[in-house]
Amino acid sequence: MKRRNFVRKAVLGTMTTVIGADIVFGNVLPEGYQPLALQDPDPFKMFDKDKGMVVLNDKPWNIEAKAHLLDDKITPNKFMFIRNNGLIPEDIDASKWTLTIEGESVKQEKTYSLADLKSKFTQHTYQLTLECGGNGRSEFDPPAKGNQWTIGAVSSATWTGVRLRDILEDVGIKGDAVYIGYHAADVHLSRDPKKEPISRGAPMPKALQDETLVAFKMNGEDIPLAHGYPLRLVAGGWPASVSGKWIDRISVRNIVHDGTKMTGTAYRVPCNPVAPGEKVKDEDMCIIESMPVKSLITYPKTGATIQQGKKLNIRGHAWAGELEVSKLEYSIDFGSTWKECAIEKPANRLAWQHFTANIDFPKKGYYEVWARATDARGISQPMLLPGWNPKGYLNNACHRIAIKVT
Amino acid sequence: MEDHKKFKQQVKTIYRLMVGLFGLFAVAALSVLYLLSNPNLFEKSKPETEYVAVVEEDDYDKIENGIHVRTGLVEAEGLMAVVNNCTNCHSAKLVTQNRMNKERWISTIRWMQETQNLWDLGNNEDIIVDYLVANYPPVNKGRREVLKDIEWYDLKE
Repeated sequence: MKRRNFVRKAVLGTMTTVIGADIVFGNVLPEGYQPLALQDPDPFKMFDKDKGMVVLNDKPWNIEAKAHLLDDKITPNKFMFIRNNGLIPEDIDASKWTLTIEGESVKQEKTYSLADLKSKFTQHTYQLTLECGGNGRSEFDPPAKGNQWTIGAVSSATWTGVRLRDILEDVGIKGDAVYIGYHAADVHLSRDPKKEPISRGAPMPKALQDETLVAFKMNGEDIPLAHGYPLRLVAGGWPASVSGKWIDRISVRNIVHDGTKMTGTAYRVPCNPVAPGEKVKDEDMCIIESMPVKSLITYPKTGATIQQGKKLNIRGHAWAGELEVSKLEYSIDFGSTWKECAIEKPANRLAWQHFTANIDFPKKGYYEVWARATDARGISQPMLLPGWNPKGYLNNACHRIAIKVT
Repeated sequence: MEDHKKFKQQVKTIYRLMVGLFGLFAVAALSVLYLLSNPNLFEKSKPETEYVAVVEEDDYDKIENGIHVRTGLVEAEGLMAVVNNCTNCHSAKLVTQNRMNKERWISTIRWMQETQNLWDLGNNEDIIVDYLVANYPPVNKGRREVLKDIEWYDLKE
């Protein structure tokens, strides 16, 4: 054994303690090569997510839940989807974090530290449903470009923070304000510091709602890094991209905010319905606002086999953007007949609602249980895919699970 | 003089002896230390071929079952042009998730060039587009697909 190798072994020994396992054949590693464990961390560990979650994309990180993982009434972090447009900011120092309110329609620019926000304004906690505008994209035909979300890009956690309205009142807003737009610390994929991965926002009426928060806590604890630590917007019921993460600036605009992903096909759908695959001009696209009515069967997990004569308990959640869900029905015969079942009131406005049912199956065989929610205006979920749009947003088709009775 | 020479000789002998002893001790100590950190040194001193095999397994661009392991992309003509141009900024998973026709793959490239700092692909553009259309073409799903990949289990309540 050469002395060089001996020294190399000693270095590998140190690496071994870092990784927590022996690097077998470490002595033949090419020089300058970093073992994979050091460059490709386990996302489940890194973000504290359940192993059942599905990684759609690792640069940027995009991770979704499955229906049965969303059974909790209040979604815990481990089952909460992650949607990123850019790279998660590094080296965040919450003690130095500030939020600046600026833009054409503020009477003065004003900057707050996190401590200012927490001490100056009344804190509020709401359970708020956040669903990615592209949840369900994978079902569109012709296929729509982007992360192919199935059903798991939705969550309903409790968020604690201060009302954006209270901050804006403290700053002073001019009469011509029409929109707010956020700016955040995440990094563009190209690492170009002049580019923002995403900078969206909401019209003033949404910005001024009671439940629109500048939040610093999720489920009673500091917001996890992947979900916007130390400060994020939370605007329940609208595409989750309105709820900017890692925000450090809010612009009060006298025009509709024109930041990244506010224009083109991003988070916009044809103003008038179009045929599948049809080309739509920019000026014929409208910004998505409130999300449509939708529901999920979170128990049992799809694929359950039960004995004939046994009843099946199902449960799940339903939500309807800005509106309340007024009715939940289920069908075991592909929509030929529907039965209404119990649905609870929401914990607060913009929180999802829980339903339960107890189902009898007439005979042996293969069944699908379909759930259909109806909102306060009488609009229901479609059984087929709703209107096609270029980026595959707003798929609120009925959720279904497979059941076998033997 | 005679005594002096003799003394010098004796000192030299003792010195050599001590150097020798110390050398032996050092070798022994190092060997013991080395063995302690590598208890299976003697079983493992097998032929070099084993190492060669492992090096191949660590191959940066390994292909397994027609899949480029590092990126998950299908092995086909144009693979490396796609790996080298399309996985710098975003994950290859963003490619493999999507299904588009030629026109839409090209418009996606244009969009990335206009807004995402993607460079001019030059002669590689045709190679990349051909690869994408051949390996990731649109699939017809209709208005609603049947439920697939159901994992059946007995529900205990």
